[in-house]
Amino acid sequence: MSRLDTTVARPDRSAPRPRPRSRQTTRIPLALLLPASLGLLFLVLPLAGLLARTPWTSLPQRLTEPGVLTALRLSLQTATLATLLCLVLGVPLAWLLARVEFPGRRIVRALVTVPLVLPPVVGGVALLLVFGRRGLLGSWLDSAFGITLPFSTTGVVLAEAFVAMPFLIIAVEGALRGADSRYEEAAATLGANRWTTFTHVTLPLVAPGVAAGAVLCWARALGEFGATITFAGNFPGRTQTMPIAVYLALETDLEAAIVLSLILLTVSVAILASLRDRWISAP
Amino acid sequence: MTTDVTVHPAERHLTGPLLDARLVVERGTFRLDLPLTINPGEVVALLGPNGAGKSTALRALAGLLSLSAGHLTLAGRELDNPSRRTWTPTEQRRIGVVFQDYLLFPHLSALDNIAFGPRRRGVNRQQARRQAADWLERMGLAEHARRKPRQLSGGQAQRIALARALAVDPALLLLDEPLAALDARTRLDTRAQLQQHLAAHRGATLLVTHDPLDALVLADRLVIIEHGQVVQEGDAATITAQPRTDYVARLVGLNLYRGRASGHTVLLTDTFRLTTAEQHDGDVFVAFPPSAVALHPNHPDGSPRNSWPATITGIQPNGDNLRVQLAGPIDLAADITPLAAAQLHLVPGQRVWAAVKATETRAYPAAPQ
Repeated sequence: MSRLDTTVARPDRSAPRPRPRSRQTTRIPLALLLPASLGLLFLVLPLAGLLARTPWTSLPQRLTEPGVLTALRLSLQTATLATLLCLVLGVPLAWLLARVEFPGRRIVRALVTVPLVLPPVVGGVALLLVFGRRGLLGSWLDSAFGITLPFSTTGVVLAEAFVAMPFLIIAVEGALRGADSRYEEAAATLGANRWTTFTHVTLPLVAPGVAAGAVLCWARALGEFGATITFAGNFPGRTQTMPIAVYLALETDLEAAIVLSLILLTVSVAILASLRDRWISAP
Repeated sequence: MTTDVTVHPAERHLTGPLLDARLVVERGTFRLDLPLTINPGEVVALLGPNGAGKSTALRALAGLLSLSAGHLTLAGRELDNPSRRTWTPTEQRRIGVVFQDYLLFPHLSALDNIAFGPRRRGVNRQQARRQAADWLERMGLAEHARRKPRQLSGGQAQRIALARALAVDPALLLLDEPLAALDARTRLDTRAQLQQHLAAHRGATLLVTHDPLDALVLADRLVIIEHGQVVQEGDAATITAQPRTDYVARLVGLNLYRGRASGHTVLLTDTFRLTTAEQHDGDVFVAFPPSAVALHPNHPDGSPRNSWPATITGIQPNGDNLRVQLAGPIDLAADITPLAAAQLHLVPGQRVWAAVKATETRAYPAAPQ
């Protein structure tokens, strides 16, 4: 009987054993620890420097200077509008890339990521060539509707959206690929066409991914400098966003530049921190 | 035939099968070719081993993949026919599907999951929610209306999924392994409830499963496929009594052999003979349950004429008994009690004598009647 028992009980023996409890007791190799520490220092030190040089005593007075608030308001507005534009255009594009097989899909995906690697200044020049007054579309917009895009607040939004949209598309496409497309099949068996499936099933399922993409997109738009100054210029109250204000202040008034930088830093960190736990925490 | 003419055309097609299909799907080297008809109110179980083409058939019926050839007609409407270039997308088919892991929409409450189908088919919001509430009531889940799927137990989620599929009043209800995700205890209760709901469903039902018990309890008729082909079809009694392939025999728990009969003797291999109760001539199947096999330490004297030496290759628990796998002139399974096993000191590799009474065997012609 006992020998029979061992035969019957065999499956238990192959059951996975509990893993060793902790790896913390093993030493971390110095060859990894040293560059890791240097890397962290390299990222944190400039921010610490910014804080160290901040003129804390005159800070309240500087914050209320009209130019600062104007630039901040413009930055927040244009970054938000650019993000909305990216959502309206980018989410459908991401869906197309993730869900529809069409010829040239790989090329389209490559094209979408071009603004990621393109120097923003080049992006600004390219925007000028198309939407400028004598540009391909710009001249037509000007003559037909009297719309002038460059050197306007709308131009700022366009420049920011151009640079930031790939971030959103990549995040949303990743979320769509990760989402179980069988839910969409289930929706179809219940009579939902592709549009209702998208709005009622797909979008709610990938909402966290869309939110994460929108945050990345917004942060990128908020910091946009190169394309904006090239395409929209530097008019206080109209196209002078925070990064541009920082850059210009650097030439005349270092303290002002530091204060503006501190504000940008605070806003970005606050937004990221408030959303991090909910949407973009690492797995 | 003359009475047929007087029948109203609209009623006439209701007298025929609700689903009339020949599903041909080709994918690389795999080819599914499955003729399938289901009458109104009939429940057909599609059984087969993994990779036999069960899921492919279900997806073709649901319109989640298209036929390579053949045809598919549901309630008098041709949904898919490649030769005539007819194609109806999934959302326009009168079907309901219960998926294996249910696929309840995680962002919607139980009520809204059920109301989803009626809403998409043009019922207004209020009416759809009322229908959904009725279904919850019928499923005994009225108090769970506002729960999200992740707050439901497996059995509850299964019933919500069934209600969601039935809420659109489908002409064809498709069930993909509807009980596979449940633990044994819940499965028992849920199976009984499922049986009631299927009995009330007036449309056709196709149950895809690899669990013979589900098929036997829930279905009126069984269609068994292997490698994309139908290997056996019929009611539960016929199939359990006369399996025609090894898969079906294992499914219904029988030892099955093919051989040449001559009177009461069936030649299974070149030299191995079994004596059977029935008389036949020609190609036959011989089947007997593992419980009909007796094991002896030595050559048994006396009655059973079918006895031969065999080697034990494996022992597994099987319900209250032990299932002993034996090799020898023929491979077979034997069920014995733990007490008998202990008395015989059975271990793998041991030589024993296997014996089967002729009266416990069943022989039937191999050519389908």
